[in-house]
Amino acid sequence: MTETTPAIRVEGVTQAYGAEGDPRRVVALQNASLSIAPGELVALIGPSGCGKSTLLHLMGGLAAPTTGQVWIDGEPVRGPSPQKVAFVFQESALFPWRTVLENLKLGMDFQGVPKAQRDRRARESLHAVGLSDFTDHYPNQLSGGMKQRAQLARALVLKTDILLMDEPFAALDEQTRMVLGEDLSVLLARTGKTIVFVTHSLVEAVFLADRVAVFTARPGQIKNIISVDEAHPRSRSFMTSDKLGRLRNELYELLHDEIRKTMGLSKSEAAASGKPLAAVQEGEK
Amino acid sequence: MNSSRLAQRLVQLGFLGAVVLAWYLTTMQGHINPLLLPPLGSVYREFVSLLETGQFWPDLRTTLYELAIAFLLAAGAGTLIGYTVSRSGYAIKVFDPLFAGLYAIPTILLFPLYVLFFGIGPASKIAMGATIAFFPVVLHTTSGLSYVKEAYVTAARSMGASPRQMFWNVMLPAAFPVLLTGLRMGLILAFLSILGTETIASFSGLGHQIVELGENMDTAKMFAYIVFVICIAFLLNAAVSFAEARGQRDLA
Repeated sequence: MTETTPAIRVEGVTQAYGAEGDPRRVVALQNASLSIAPGELVALIGPSGCGKSTLLHLMGGLAAPTTGQVWIDGEPVRGPSPQKVAFVFQESALFPWRTVLENLKLGMDFQGVPKAQRDRRARESLHAVGLSDFTDHYPNQLSGGMKQRAQLARALVLKTDILLMDEPFAALDEQTRMVLGEDLSVLLARTGKTIVFVTHSLVEAVFLADRVAVFTARPGQIKNIISVDEAHPRSRSFMTSDKLGRLRNELYELLHDEIRKTMGLSKSEAAASGKPLAAVQEGEK
Repeated sequence: MNSSRLAQRLVQLGFLGAVVLAWYLTTMQGHINPLLLPPLGSVYREFVSLLETGQFWPDLRTTLYELAIAFLLAAGAGTLIGYTVSRSGYAIKVFDPLFAGLYAIPTILLFPLYVLFFGIGPASKIAMGATIAFFPVVLHTTSGLSYVKEAYVTAARSMGASPRQMFWNVMLPAAFPVLLTGLRMGLILAFLSILGTETIASFSGLGHQIVELGENMDTAKMFAYIVFVICIAFLLNAAVSFAEARGQRDLA
């Protein structure tokens, strides 16, 4: 049996900002290696500033790594590859001076889709995310959840095999993101795309991903990779299942110390004594 | 219009009405020298005859001609230089403070020099108007283009936008509201400085006419011209505000 070429392969990638020896030099990502199979859904999770978004940008060719190499479909990445990779960003990166439909068409224009196909494809994509009634709205007229749906549609319409999502639901409230997460699970299972997404939500990571990569605090390294063995599309019952709860707790254990490190805290007394942090702060006043 | 807006408008109208009424009352009895403040009625008659005879045309034409050329020069040079500067972080660091500093200089003091260079005709007014209007245009162009939200640029790049597509479809529309503000300020400043310099040294133009009437003690007609210029300024402002609001509505 021959090994299939990974959709995305990251090998020994380090990303640093600032020259070597500069005291302000920041190593955002250190020696990360990861191989993602075609059709796989991988979540990147870790404390703030651990380089998850950096890794996503490197995969999409939006930045070049300081050292190491990234391959897409076995080919080294040298810049954005709009034919293969589409992005969904954290904050709304929709162009506010264009309607939702025009936003989708502009993306296709950039990517080089023939003019004749653009309108039909844009409408189909908006239909898929449930925004058929909002084609002629401007982004500012949409709710936060709708904006993210529109961004997703703008990425899907490019028909790339790979979708990279940088905290796509971070700006949304808990309920909206749950519903959007369910929709996404159904939608993505159907498209068979390779997906990497960055998230801060443990539940979201377990609910959506096949594998969850856990990062350490800065300089970010991949600490552990957890497999979520559950078929797509995932139903609402998975959301409340013991399995999801167990995996979520496992993730939390892995992340716990890293998040403290990021906050500049050592293992605090509160953590040691089991007292909640709020009680300690109360005592300090 | 809701009732509080209506009340605001009424107060504003009332204020203007009070000024006009005070003018009317103080000049009615002839206690005030009509050379200093002519009666409202005679200003009104002069204003009507000004419009009827159309004698304002040559001066209006001169002033608007100077304004148009000055504005086009300032807008062209300002956007072009602003765009060039915005292309490099280094140039922004060097030129943005430089232009901001020069903007703070009372440029109008250069006018005697401009008269020396360009003569007493329209050319010196055009040069003055263009110089003064250049700064808000260049400063707004630079800041508008260099502070385009990073997210838009990254998104466009990820979708494969070429540099040309990036400029026309992302940078320009994103910066457009700020560019328009610079152009509006440029136009208004050019108009002010052209009128002002016409009153200092010129052969024709609205400012020239007003000064001449003042020097000839033809105060009623001078006031009629002032009212006329106020009307022109009002129309100009309304037209520009309309264009700005439209541009921002279309793009925002």
